[in-house]
Parts: sequence; structure tokens; C-alpha cells
Amino acid sequence: MDFLTDFPSLGRVTLLTFKKTIDGAFREFNRAYGEYIEAFFDPLLWCLKWIDWIFVHMPWPLFFILAAGLAWLGSRSIAIVIGTIVSFALMGMFGMWKETMETVAIVSVSTALCIGLGIPLGIWMARSDRVQGIVTPVLDIMQTVPSFVYLIPIIMLLGIGKVPALIAVFIYAVPPVVRLTNLGIRLVDSEVLEAADSFGASYKQRLWGVQVPLALPNIFAGINQTIMMALAMVVIAAMIGAPGLGRIVLKAVQNQYLASGMMAGLAIVALAIIFDRVSQAYGKRLQKHREGGHGV
Amino acid sequence: MVSDTKISIKNLYKIFGNNPEAQVEKVVSGLGKPELLEKHGHVLGLNNVNLDIPAKSLQVIMGLSGSGKSTLIRHINRLIEPTAGEMIIDGENVLAMSKDRLQDFRRHSASMVFQKFGLMPHRTVAENAAYGLTIQGIDEGEAQKRSQRWIDRVGLSGFEKHYPAQLSGGMQQRVGLARALTTDAEILLMDEAFSALDPLIRNDMQDVLLDLQEELHKTIVFITHDLDEALKIGDNIAILRDGLMVQEGSAQEIILNPADDYVTDFIQDINRTRVLEIGSVMSDKKSTKGPKLDHKTVIEEALPVLSAEHAEHAIVTKDGKAVGTASLDAMIQAIARPKNQKSDKQYK
Repeated sequence: MDFLTDFPSLGRVTLLTFKKTIDGAFREFNRAYGEYIEAFFDPLLWCLKWIDWIFVHMPWPLFFILAAGLAWLGSRSIAIVIGTIVSFALMGMFGMWKETMETVAIVSVSTALCIGLGIPLGIWMARSDRVQGIVTPVLDIMQTVPSFVYLIPIIMLLGIGKVPALIAVFIYAVPPVVRLTNLGIRLVDSEVLEAADSFGASYKQRLWGVQVPLALPNIFAGINQTIMMALAMVVIAAMIGAPGLGRIVLKAVQNQYLASGMMAGLAIVALAIIFDRVSQAYGKRLQKHREGGHGV
Repeated sequence: MVSDTKISIKNLYKIFGNNPEAQVEKVVSGLGKPELLEKHGHVLGLNNVNLDIPAKSLQVIMGLSGSGKSTLIRHINRLIEPTAGEMIIDGENVLAMSKDRLQDFRRHSASMVFQKFGLMPHRTVAENAAYGLTIQGIDEGEAQKRSQRWIDRVGLSGFEKHYPAQLSGGMQQRVGLARALTTDAEILLMDEAFSALDPLIRNDMQDVLLDLQEELHKTIVFITHDLDEALKIGDNIAILRDGLMVQEGSAQEIILNPADDYVTDFIQDINRTRVLEIGSVMSDKKSTKGPKLDHKTVIEEALPVLSAEHAEHAIVTKDGKAVGTASLDAMIQAIARPKNQKSDKQYK
């Protein structure tokens, strides 16, 4: 009964050739275009290095002032500001200041990249059902394929380093902001859009005056998710050369350093909470106008 | 009153579906809404609508839901593209305008008020009222200065900094009205503008509108399903059913001579004594006996006068001159409810 228990596969030789052909073709492609692809990402690398340098070399009191200021601007909540300062102080006290700064740098750059590319893509999706039909499955794949799988070609093309790490984070973290931008714009009340049309709003006035402002709460939920997912990727990013807290975790796993692994892990959690609370509070303040009731 | 035609709707057809152009022929040759849906899977929105709307008048378009009235008003500023026909406004066919010309037309010539207000929830009352002007490219400060007049006019002074969600429905619609008035467009389109409001507020808003109209003399197209509202504000009333215009005329004409059972049913429950004017029921006969009453006097007011003077006739006057006689019999006959010819109501 071997026939029923062993699935009739293509056979070892055929499969081997099949795999070898693909690998060979990709290597060929890499040999031919690898340099250009690396050159293409050079500006990104330069930008990443530059921001990394700023964060790492910034005097720590200045960083505290900046972080507290941003937290206040975003949330208008003393509790969140104090929480932010205490968290960063603890990370510094436990000897992880440089790593924390490196992580903040890579998360900031990847979030900026996700927002910069994700929001326009989301707007485009909202405009056209065809684009939505094409992009949605791509986003599904990006969110479900295990990150190690797409790390293979990225490493083959770009080697180990900051840029491949950034790309890996981007692939994992960009889908929420794209999806929620698309959703937010599609959910805008059609009568409000009709009103805008009836007053002769141009395409731009319609998009920037009505659709985007009304979609902002959703877009913000997307940005928030994107930041969280970028933070979740820092350990995997560390495996392919991103510096930061992830690298401490990685070292701790390899050497069974319980305490240092826990501390770095908690630091990542603290960062996540800070980013989350500040961005959520900001998103909520953006929709102040939704509050009902007479008189303010 | 100038009676130039401002808006002229000619042979307007709208069919919803996958291939509407192919269906026009069938509708022209007499296919009705139910048959078109059943046999060809297309929905008939408007069926050969022809209507001339005089400048500076208030035209009411009435019908039950699904009769095509909201579709019709959206053709005037082309929020909906027609399947066939013309919409001539000031000698120009809106339905043939280029994109830029249409945008210009919407910015300056026609503004609209919506049933569910259509206000921008993220803009304050002042910013909403100024919306039309900011769309025209006027900067926000100047636009708000110019719209202030209309905010005051509709009674919203002091609420400029509120957001729509903080206002009641009636007040929100005042914002909608102010927004539409701010652009100084000559045409005002009102799509069931007061239908979402409770009866008292609705009454208020109707008065606001009539006051404004007395002062501004715009050409107003007003959609409603409420006959009382139509009778109160409309200079002219057009009744739609299944996309077809069943009757068009003044309130008096429609009440006295309903075109078919649908219209008859529509006017069943109105208070005829309070609407019908003696000018509509008078005969040309001259008479010298009886009290003198203006032709605009409604029967409800005329009857007690006749009864008090034990008169059989009233002398109907127009601008002080006698133009005819209205007999007691004619008045009583006019207020009798018309009977529906058929018992089964086929349009339902």
C-alpha cells in the first residue's frame, strides 16, 4: 500500500533540477543587477546611518527634552509624559542607552518609510477598485509569509546590514497603514462627498479637504499598528544586522543570558507602550469634532 | 414677477443598469418601470421628464420614495449623469458641459441643500458656511467674513465655533442653508431639505425659507414627499411617479383637477378648506350682491363671512377690482373629497 501512503511526488531529480534552476536564475540575476539594486538603496542607507548617528550622539538630556516635548504635543497628558521619561531613564540606567537609541532610530525611519509609501498607496487603492483588487492579496501575502522566507532573497541581494533589515521591517509593518488608509477613505460619508461635489470641489479639494481629514482617525489607527509591528520586528531585524535592543535579545538567546534578555525585552515593550499611547492619544484628539452635545 | 424660464428640462431619461443606452428605445416606445426591471434588469429612474421652471419661483417636485425626485434634482447640477435628454439653464445645456465648465457652474450658479445636511464634520459652523467660497479659491478668513452675513441671517450667530455634531438637526440644516446661500448662486436646490426634521422645526425652517425667498428671489427647486409642505411653499408643483411626471401646475390646479388616481390619492388627506382659494372656484358672472373678498382668500375664511351676512355669493376681487363671483355651492362642492375611480391601487 505504499502507493497510498507516499504521495506521488515529482521525484528527487526533477525537484532538484527545478530548485537549482530557480536558485541559479536568481543568482544570475543577482550577479547582473545586484550592484544596481544596492546602489538604488544607497540613499536609504545614507539616511538611516545619518539618523542613527544623530540619535546615538545626541546628548541624553536633549533627547529627554525632545521625547517629553513630543509626548506632550501628542497626548497632552502629564501621565504619559512622566511615563515616557521614567521609561527612558530606566533603559539608560540599565546600560541600554545606545541600543535604545539605535532601535528608536530604525523604528522611526521604517515608520516614516511606511507612512510615506503606505498612505499614497492606500489613497490610490481607495480611488480604484482594480488597484484594490491587486494590492489586497499582495498585502495578505506580506502579512502571512514568514519573515524568514523573504529574508532569504533580501540577504542574497543586499547582504547583511541595515538596509535589508529595514526592508524586512517595512514588508512586515506597512500593510496596516495601507489597509486602514484605504478603508478610512472608503468609509467617508457619501453625502458629505456629494455636498463637496455640488459646490464644485476639484479632485484635490475633495481629497485633501474632505476624504483625508475624515479618514484621519482610521489612518492614525493604521500608523499606530504599523509602529507596533515595526517594533515587533526588531529582534528579527537584528538577525540580519540591525543594531539595537534586538541584538541584545539575540545575544541573550544564543548565550542563555536570562537577565539581559528580559531587560532588553522589557525595554522593547516600554518603547511600544510609549509609541502606542502617544500616537493613540494624538489620533483621539484629531477627532474632537465628533463629540456631540450642545455647547462646549 | 418675471416669468422667464430659468431651468428647462427636456426629454430627460435616466436608466440605471449595465447598458442603459440600449434600453432608451424601449422606454420611449412605452415600456414602464416594472416591465423594464422584470424583462431587462434595468431600473427606470426618469422617464421623459419635461419641465420649465420660471426664474425666481419656487418649484416643488413631489413624489413617493422611488419616484425619481432625488434623481431628477441631481441632474440639475449633474451629480448624476443622464442617459438621454437636455437640461437647459440660462440657455446652456448643463448635461453637455465640459468638466471645467461644470465645476464653474457648480461653484457659482447652483448650490444645494441635502436631506441629511451633508455638513463637513471636521469643519466648524463658520468654516462650513464658508465652504463654497473656499472652494472658489477665496482664502478662509475672507470667506468667513463674507459668510457671516448668512450665518446671522439663518439665526446661528454665536455658534460659529461649534462643530456640526454639537448642534441639533434643525440648527445643522440652518448651517446647510447658510452654506448654500453664501455662494450667491441664483439656483438653490433643496433635496428633501426639511424631511429629516421634526414637524415644529420643519415649520420654522419653511418660514425661514419663505422669508429668504421674499428677499432674495432665487430660483428654488424643492424636493419633498410631504404634500402639506409642498402646498405651503410651492409656487408650482410637479408630481412624479415611477420616473414619469404625472402632473404639473399650481397647488389650486392640482387639488381641483387631479390628473389621475395617484394624484387623487396624494391629495386625499389635505385640509381642502384651508388650501383652496375662492379665486380658483369662482365663475366669471358679475354680481353686485354679497361681501367683497380678495381672490387669495381661502374657503375656510370665506365661509364664515358669507354665513354671517346670509349671502349666497361673494364678490371676488383682485387688486380691489371685481373679477367674478364665488357661490356658496361652488365652495362646498370644491371642498368635497374627490373619489378614486378604481378601488385597486395599481401603483402600489
